[in-house]
Amino acid sequence: MATIDAGAVTGRTVIYRHSLLVRLSHWVNVLCMTVLLFSGLQIFNAHPALYWGQYGADNDPSFISMEAVEDGDKAKGLTHVGSLTFNTTGFLGLSEVDGEATARGFPDWLTIPSYQDLASGRRWHFFFAWLFVINGFIYLAYGLLSRHFRRDLLPAGNELTPAHISHEIVNHARLRFPKGPEARHYNTLQKLTYVAVIFLLLPLMILTGLTMSPGFNAVAPWLLDVFGGRQSARTIHFLTAFSLVAFVMVHVAMVILSGVFNNLRSMITGWYAIEQEGKQ
Amino acid sequence: MSRIITRRRFLIGATMTASALGLSGCDALVESDRTKSVLKIAESFSMKTQRFLLGDDALAREFTEADLSPVFRANGTSMPDNPQYLDWMNRQFSTWKLEIGGLVEKPMQLSLAELKALPARTQITRHDCVEGWSAIGKWTGVPLGALLKTVGLKPEARYIVFHCADEYEKSLDGSGWYYESIDLVDAFHPQTILAHTMNGRDLEVAHGAPLRLRVERQLGYKQAKYLTRIEAVADLGRLYGGSGGFWEDRGYEWYAGI
Repeated sequence: MATIDAGAVTGRTVIYRHSLLVRLSHWVNVLCMTVLLFSGLQIFNAHPALYWGQYGADNDPSFISMEAVEDGDKAKGLTHVGSLTFNTTGFLGLSEVDGEATARGFPDWLTIPSYQDLASGRRWHFFFAWLFVINGFIYLAYGLLSRHFRRDLLPAGNELTPAHISHEIVNHARLRFPKGPEARHYNTLQKLTYVAVIFLLLPLMILTGLTMSPGFNAVAPWLLDVFGGRQSARTIHFLTAFSLVAFVMVHVAMVILSGVFNNLRSMITGWYAIEQEGKQ
Repeated sequence: MSRIITRRRFLIGATMTASALGLSGCDALVESDRTKSVLKIAESFSMKTQRFLLGDDALAREFTEADLSPVFRANGTSMPDNPQYLDWMNRQFSTWKLEIGGLVEKPMQLSLAELKALPARTQITRHDCVEGWSAIGKWTGVPLGALLKTVGLKPEARYIVFHCADEYEKSLDGSGWYYESIDLVDAFHPQTILAHTMNGRDLEVAHGAPLRLRVERQLGYKQAKYLTRIEAVADLGRLYGGSGGFWEDRGYEWYAGI
């Protein structure tokens, strides 16, 4: 170990990975998406059933719904998905609020506020929806102007070959994360995932949300045609929200598995350490 | 409805939100008056943005007969239990009258027969409950704007208030009577009608007989049923709970376009 290269001594190089604006907008987004999810479930609980088409209410067929039904001298919570019915007592349809079994879609630990209060749920949802949209526009403008999207997120042509992608999938599955020069950039799976979340799922949340607004329907009636009606838009809003939940779960798992301290530091301070290849 | 976001207000909001995530006692935060006043910024933001994009006369989507809901869910009161209403109902609303007053030049009263004789508009529109469900119905009624032109609004009139025959929440002080209000933009909107006919038949009791409001660019709780009196006012603070509607007095947005 007689070399003077610090990188070679420690086997690591520290790079500035995330700009201040990316870090700020990331954490504002974490806050917004958290509140939007839990206040959204509060709103869902006011009518825990999803339909397809322009209209949908109690007498129309729903393809996902939750309810509490009598079961002898007790009650049970049922969740219907298409023609299937699941007993989800304690979690969906029926759960305990202050020790008492209560009919509600999602349980109190998943809603803001915890008790049934649609008016407050809506106020929280719309406040953080505005914050989310403003934050998103600032991020988009920055991403375009600073070439962040082009430089960091747009996959190169050779990254999109089946051979390259399948190679990355195998590495991911074995939890072998890139080291050395390769770790300076997002890998292709990351790029594709982030592009899908930023340019597909999040805009879909906003547009389906707006399609549920009777006022916005008069502004942009074409959105009703795009999504097939207000009730379809509500259903897509719900399903997309859970796609985002799935994304966040994988995202957080990857953050933990590929070095939680390094990853968190890079999203807080911007600095990210890269291990040299062949060293630990 | 104007409210300015000051830096102070924004900081309060940001701090409170940050603490919301840290605390398990989220509910205390939800109930704080300060939180509520910060969150209300969103309502005026939504209203101003929508009004800016809408202009005054953008129309709600109108559907066809084929789109009608097979069953239109009745919500809220389905049978008012006050004796006056029951008496009207038993006489097929022949003795019922709609009163139009407040800040108007020529207050007037109209019987159901007189209302039905006036030029009417028919529209097939979607009714969106704040809970999330929707139903499509066909409504026929008198454009509110035409009636307001007939009685003549005084210059200081800014809102139109709808008083109803159903006491939705029993109370000693009368604060539980259903009522609603809209501003003049919505009052003079071409699709804002006082509907006496639904799906080609006289309005049923469950749907607000003999007359209900349709304000098609807003949510269901704005569509007041069992109308008895329309009042033009300069401000909403003195009526009932002061927030401009039964549900508004219980925390819901006055602007229900979202």
